[in-house]
Parts: sequence; structure tokens; C-alpha cells
Amino acid sequence: MSAFRSILLLAALILVGTSQAWPHGFAGKRFFPATLAVDDPFISDELSLEMNHIREPDQVSNEFSVAYSKRITPDFGFEFSEAYQHLEPNQGGSKNGFDNLDVGMKYQFFLSAVHETILSVGFDAELGGTGSGNVADSFSTLSPGFFFGKGFGDLPESMKFLRPFAITGMIGPNIPTRSSNVTTTIDPVTGDISQDSERNPTTLSWGLTFQYNLQYLQSYVEDVGLKAPFNRMIPIVELPLTTCLNLGCNGQTTGTVNPGIIWFGKYVQLGAEAQIPINQRTGNHVGVLLQLHFFIDDLFPQSIGRPIFR
Amino acid sequence: MWMLRIAIITFSLLSAVATPLCAWAHAFPDHSNPSVGSVITVSPAHVRIWFDGALEPIFSTLQVRNTSGQRVDQGDGHVDESDKTLLEGSLPPLSPGTYHVFWSVVARDGHRTEGDYTFTLH
Repeated sequence: MSAFRSILLLAALILVGTSQAWPHGFAGKRFFPATLAVDDPFISDELSLEMNHIREPDQVSNEFSVAYSKRITPDFGFEFSEAYQHLEPNQGGSKNGFDNLDVGMKYQFFLSAVHETILSVGFDAELGGTGSGNVADSFSTLSPGFFFGKGFGDLPESMKFLRPFAITGMIGPNIPTRSSNVTTTIDPVTGDISQDSERNPTTLSWGLTFQYNLQYLQSYVEDVGLKAPFNRMIPIVELPLTTCLNLGCNGQTTGTVNPGIIWFGKYVQLGAEAQIPINQRTGNHVGVLLQLHFFIDDLFPQSIGRPIFR
Repeated sequence: MWMLRIAIITFSLLSAVATPLCAWAHAFPDHSNPSVGSVITVSPAHVRIWFDGALEPIFSTLQVRNTSGQRVDQGDGHVDESDKTLLEGSLPPLSPGTYHVFWSVVARDGHRTEGDYTFTLH
């Protein structure tokens, strides 16, 4: 039976090509995890559930999000994400509802196994008007982006304990389809008409992650005796940042520094990060970001977890 | 658009429920002998690497090379018949030096993983 299964697997791999049997987020022996705050540089079949709680200057924000990505080819795929928000403004009552639907695509155009490098480009569209009116924007935002990941497994022997280190990052503008929203209000008593104008500036999202993969250390550099669950942990620091580019807020940057831990198993990944505001414009309180992530390509390797076209 | 939103959430819940039903995934090394990065004083007769899942014997390979890049193992790297998580190969008596172990394995789901590590014989 074992030989029969091997023959079947051989036939399958010849048909689909063994070079295309790499699982999610790998560049050679480097595993890049799906990061919580800064979009990662690879496309894969995956499903991510996240919870985000942070006190911003003008409100407390609680967000529960779902993101699903699907490979069409081994290097190209689509991404969909949706979030339910519970907002508690400093003034006024709380607001609940779905945010706008995000639809995106990503193309991984370079992969070096030897140098543990992944490069990709993507395009994301937040579809205005698809969310609840009280929490979501009425306009769309278009976000092309460039993504990279680099592991340092190619460092010399004298620096071997830096080999488990990796960085990933992204940069891309967020272009609103409407530069301002004008709200007209009629006073029911006096009949006076007033208009409020809210600007929607173009912003630049950019971010970096710094990762130290303990599984890489244990399996490829030196067995330091780590046992489960520590031998599958990745201490990580993420820096998701946004810089305003126009409409009077040029150069103003907001963002957080997110130290945390990612643990990855065979089928799922768990992540937890603190969100420390980088300045008062971002906030004064530490937030929390939690992740439950499913590797669909490992859960369903012969069906929905594989690319549609090889 | 609501249909797509409901589809995403439904798929999320189904995936979460289905997780315990599945038993395949790529293989990572669990431990090895000689261990990764170790310094030993007796020439080992074998290199053995235990993985966290069963391997497909036909696609799983193991090589050991010296610092000059010459292959020094006996060329019999294979998955153990009785323990499908074990990849092993035989070694002749080695002279002192640093040796590089290269492995490549395919798990039951067809996902390939590969890696390498060194050990030093004093």
C-alpha cells in the first residue's frame, strides 16, 4: 500500500510539478509567518481572524476582522477582508457595523531560496459604500503596494546566530476616490444651512517587521534545547506606519510599534502583539492585537488549498 | 456585496470547524543526531533526523558533505521503514572537521521542505 501511495504521489507531482509544491510563506528553508499588522510579502491560501483593540485620541476602537486569500496560480492570488467595528467615540454614543469590504490581489514576482528573499506587488481596493454608514467611508480607497521579505540565513558562519533573523516590509500609497466629504445640515429651528467639509488626504502606508525565528535557530543553526511550544515561536516587532501626503497634513505620521509573539503549528498560527503608539497623534494608550490564522494549503492540500492553475 | 461578506464569514467558520478533521501538513525537523550545530568527539555511524510528520520515502533525500563540498556519506539516505518520521543515512569513519548535512523531504500532502545544518567532529 505504501509503494502504491508513493507511485500515486509520484504521478501527481510529475503532473503538477514538484517545484510548485512549496507551502505558504517559504523561501527555501525560511518560513515567513503571516504578520498581524504589516501585510506580508507572499500569496497563499490562508484565512486569518484578528481582534484589534486600541484607544485612539478621539475614540476607543474594537475591530474583529476576517481575511481570506486564495491563490489562482502559485504566484498570484486574490485577497478579501472584512471587519466588524465597535467604536466608542469620546463624545456621543457607541457605533457598530461592518467596515467597507476590501478586495485585493498580489503577485509574487521574485523568490530566491538561497537568499531567502521574496518580492511581490499588490493592489488593494477598499470599496466605498459597502460597509455600514456609521462606521465606514462612503468613498473608495485604492492602494497599490510593494512588499518584500528577506531572511538572513546567508550570513557567514561567524554570524550564525543572526541567521534566524528576518525582515519584511511594505510601502504603498492609499488614494481616496474623493478628496473631501461635504455634509450639509439644516437647523430645524432657525432653518440655517451649514456645511461641514471633511478632507480625505492621500496617505502613504509603510511598515517593517523584525522577526527572530526560533524554529530556524533550532533546526538549521544550533539545537539550543528548546522544547514545545518555544521551538515554534517567532518573537517579532512590527511597525505599521502611515504618513499623510497632502491636504494640509503633509508629513504627519501615525503608527504603532508592535512587539509580540507568533507561534506556528502545522495547520494554524497564533499571534499576539501589543500596540504602542509612536506619538500623541496616534494615541496615548497601548492596544492589543490578536490573531488566529489557518493555513488552508495544509488543511486542504488536495482541494481548496491548492492554486486553481499550476 | 452582502453575499460576499456572508460567504467570507461562513467559510471562516467552516474552516475553523474542519481543522481537527485534517491530518496532513508539511514536515519540519524535530530533532537530529548528531544534533544541529553540535561539537562531538566520536565519529557518528549515522546521521538521523526526526521530523514532526510522516515522510514520503521516494522524494526524501539526505547528503553529508565536508568543508570541501565532497560528499562523505554512504549514499544510502532513506526514510526508516518502521518510523516514517525518521530520515537517516550511514557514514564511514570521519576525520576531524566540520560536516554539512543537507536534507530534502516531502510530506504526505506533497509539500516539500528542505534544510541543512552542520556538526563538528573534534
